[in-house]
Amino acid sequence: MDTYTKRQYLLIGIFCLASVAMIFRLFYIQVIDPSYKISADNNVLRRQINYPARGLVYDRNHKLIVYNQAAYDVLVTPREMKAFDTLSFCRIAGVDKAELVSEIKKARSYSKWKPSAIVKQLSAHRYAALQEQLFKYPGFYIQARTLRQYPAMIASHILGFVGEVDQKKVDEDRYYESGDYIGKSGIEQAYENELRGVKGISYMMVDVHNRVKGSFEGGKLDTAAVIGKNLISGLHADLQAYGERLLAGKVGSIVAIEPSTGEIMIMASSPTFDPGAFVGRERTKNYITLFNDPLKPMLNRAITSSYPPGSTFKLADAIIGLEEGLLGPEIRYSCNGPRSTPIKCTHNHETPLPLVSAIRESCNSYFFQAFRAIINKYPTAEEGFEAWRNHLMDLGIGHRIGGDLTAENAGNVSKGTYFDRIYGKSHWNVMTIRSFSIGQGELLMTPLQLANMVSIIANKGYYIAPHIVRSIQNFDHTERVLSFEKHVTQANPYLFQVIADGMEKVVDGGTAKIAKVDGIAVCGKTGTIQNPHGAAHSAFVAFAPKDDPKIAICVYVENGVWGARYAAPIASLIIEKYLNDSIAPKRKPLEASMLSADLISAMHLTGGD
Amino acid sequence: MKSQNNIILNLDWITILLYLALVMLGWINIYAAVYSDEHQSILDIGQQYGKQMIWIIAGMFLAICVLIVDSKFYVAFAYHIYVLILLLLVAVLFFGREVNGARAWFEVGGVALQPAELGKFATSLAVAKYMSQFGFKMARTKSYIVLGTLMLLPALLILLQNDTGSALVFAVFFLVFYREGLPDVILIGGFTAIILFILALVWTQLMILMLLIVVSLVLLIVLRQSIKEGIIGFVIVSLIYGILFGLKNIFEFDATPFHLLALTSILTILIFIVYGLKKHIKQAWFVLLFFIFSISIALSVNYFYRNVMVSHQRDRVDNLLGIKNDLLGAGYNVHQSKIAIGSGGLLGKGFLKGTQTKYNFVPEQSTDFIFCTVGEEWGFLGTTVVILLFLILLIRLVYLAERQRSTFSRIYGYGVACILFFHIVINISMTIGLAPVIGIPLPFFSYGGSSLWSFTVLLFIFIKLDASRTKNLR
Repeated sequence: MDTYTKRQYLLIGIFCLASVAMIFRLFYIQVIDPSYKISADNNVLRRQINYPARGLVYDRNHKLIVYNQAAYDVLVTPREMKAFDTLSFCRIAGVDKAELVSEIKKARSYSKWKPSAIVKQLSAHRYAALQEQLFKYPGFYIQARTLRQYPAMIASHILGFVGEVDQKKVDEDRYYESGDYIGKSGIEQAYENELRGVKGISYMMVDVHNRVKGSFEGGKLDTAAVIGKNLISGLHADLQAYGERLLAGKVGSIVAIEPSTGEIMIMASSPTFDPGAFVGRERTKNYITLFNDPLKPMLNRAITSSYPPGSTFKLADAIIGLEEGLLGPEIRYSCNGPRSTPIKCTHNHETPLPLVSAIRESCNSYFFQAFRAIINKYPTAEEGFEAWRNHLMDLGIGHRIGGDLTAENAGNVSKGTYFDRIYGKSHWNVMTIRSFSIGQGELLMTPLQLANMVSIIANKGYYIAPHIVRSIQNFDHTERVLSFEKHVTQANPYLFQVIADGMEKVVDGGTAKIAKVDGIAVCGKTGTIQNPHGAAHSAFVAFAPKDDPKIAICVYVENGVWGARYAAPIASLIIEKYLNDSIAPKRKPLEASMLSADLISAMHLTGGD
Repeated sequence: MKSQNNIILNLDWITILLYLALVMLGWINIYAAVYSDEHQSILDIGQQYGKQMIWIIAGMFLAICVLIVDSKFYVAFAYHIYVLILLLLVAVLFFGREVNGARAWFEVGGVALQPAELGKFATSLAVAKYMSQFGFKMARTKSYIVLGTLMLLPALLILLQNDTGSALVFAVFFLVFYREGLPDVILIGGFTAIILFILALVWTQLMILMLLIVVSLVLLIVLRQSIKEGIIGFVIVSLIYGILFGLKNIFEFDATPFHLLALTSILTILIFIVYGLKKHIKQAWFVLLFFIFSISIALSVNYFYRNVMVSHQRDRVDNLLGIKNDLLGAGYNVHQSKIAIGSGGLLGKGFLKGTQTKYNFVPEQSTDFIFCTVGEEWGFLGTTVVILLFLILLIRLVYLAERQRSTFSRIYGYGVACILFFHIVINISMTIGLAPVIGIPLPFFSYGGSSLWSFTVLLFIFIKLDASRTKNLR
């Protein structure tokens, strides 16, 4: 026998003590404490979620662009359901009987004990009718939701839409439950945490007759819903609407930025869609229609499409040339017109010409020679190209620049190693990559990057990450202004003066005379982008007024034939509307022709072959 | 033929009947927990209760197999079984299937197996074998190291599977060691550490320091059997604090009461050391050691809590201690579970009449939270009967263990009792809000083949050892 035999009693003591503790506790919660008691046999506790209203969205002039409207979901708990008159229910709720039956079946297979929504987003008047008759349908109850409404019907792409949260998100984030709504794209997604508020939960006692008997434990477990915060955006609702009207019938996009703040005033993409398409009972049908449209209306071309910038890119050439000290007001390059090698120049102008004239005339030959000089300044093509590419990155080209944009494309500036792979290391030189100088080749930019590049010129050397939302409105109506990254380029501010001079000449007697607006010094640059699949694309970038820039803009019209054909007039009309409030009578015919131009139907007519 | 009869007669039928009663009660409650109008037959193998029936039949078959094997086998192959299970625990980390974030399952022909469950009886066997060696003494460094390793190896491997609950079970071997001669100090120290851990989270540091000073002084009085020294100690502490407080006010130091009290205790300790050295008081060192040990635990809890524990574990502890009352997140299960049990009242709502366990989203209502169904449908009467059945089983196991002639059998028996004890107390306590939510099953009750089989094997090896107790002397 060992010496510790007595310790068995201590262990038995511990076993007994723990058992007694558990029994005491059970006696307390089962017999003494009334708060856990639920009086009638079939009373059940219903956990009701109170969804707060989502935050509103305003434009830069505090004009409302997104608000909420009440809507109602009908929920059913299959276990509590009794046989009911399906026909009259369908009539009141306005649903199809087959649909109702299949929804109830789905709810049953999900859970017999948990409520599922079987009719979603019921309108207010149907809700009123159903509420009166609800006592006939045990197991059914109604939950209030809010739906997004868009008074101005603009900016669908950037506002984004709200939809039911997916299972992956539910698993990741405990806040969400299946059936909750969440921002799916655009600023609804980017500012989800601010907009959504905090949902409240109340625990209600419900009896067998589906009547709410009161709150559980006097409501001390309930949490109040907190309404979502409002967003003040930098959008200009009227200009956005005007831009969208000008783009109608064309495939393309417009981006307008306020250079001093980086606020996006217009971001339009065409073809577009009704922002309300994803709200209400038709949303799935609408989504499928839009998804299958060959013109891809849901695509935000302003940030997700990247194009060759064409001649608009010569502005970047000019900045880099000036930075590297290879261009200057008095440094001239010659041009042999159509006989120039290796890149022809189609314009007829003086030679040799200085930078201002080269921008005005968009001289291919000049900018090729400038590009060659930059690359050849370095011992090898690789190093030259690397230096040149770094300048581009500095100018916000080849990487994402947006402050709060979702789904932004980075564009593309190929790396030197890309050419190593194709041609072999040291087997390529400035001639191999010459198309870069005129904005073609392995170079893709989004319209946002183009607008931002012009912004840098307007600001004389810096940009603020372009963003949609300016500030978040607190409940006491004070605003928290968001700050976005300010990027100062390496270029010396005074260099930009000569580029602005050149851009002014473009509008004032150069390639974009059509964009001239009386009383405003518009600085612009056209681009005509060769397109192997059809008519060339039309591009135009500009800022105005020259001395105190208020707007930087990029217009890109696919298959718009040439820069001054569609892009330049549209940009100039927007500038005029913004700075002069109205279009001068003599430019009314131009406005009318832009508004009515329909390239999409024309494309379809000739698209047969 | 004769020895066969002997075995059956020698079996402890009280334990076996308790086992059968608990398993059947478990089955009935699983039926009630997942009952629905559409699948009314308890034999429907498409439902959990139908499957549980299959697990129970298979479990009884396993029990018979365990009883047929010669009892010397378990003694002889204790280490082999232990190593084999360790290998399985390693293998599951690489080849296992991941369920709910824990890579803890093997799937064999549609049946999921959890090696962590097997670790318990394997470790019991290995510990019993080591401690029953000739000449084994608890009070040796080597014994501590070997036993600690035997216990920690499976626990760590299970921790790697992300199954904290099952890993914690191994801590219960301390009770077994205690029965075999582990010094009191370690057990008391362990309890003190647990209490300090909880206090450190609920109280401020100042309150803990105050408590420790008072406890140390009381300890001094008890150990020295002299009230005088205790009072002198108290006067010294008050005096130093008073002086420091006065200095603070005169010179306007920027010090909190905690700083002052901490400084006071350091100065008091110095005085204490001088006094202890002068008078050669042995007990003084013990009190000092206690004070410093407690302080360091209390202060390191915060670090441990913030940096070692994972956020969901923190949430569960916070919720239990009432630091955060998050009914949407971590606290939701427990709250729902308490409502279900509480609504059962004295006599319960009756078989299949429970609404809370079904309607409300007490998750895992047939596995970890099966006790809710007992509480709701059978009331306080039912819960008390179940707890008493478990308690009788535990006491019976201790009784059986003590009547063994072989040390191996006794230690194994204590292993079985302590493992069952840990599972029962933690599982039931978590459903009534006395312990944090640690996902471990209620023995014999919870749904699932792996856990039922492993508890069956655990128990029946001991029943077999007991049946042949006249043969095994070592």
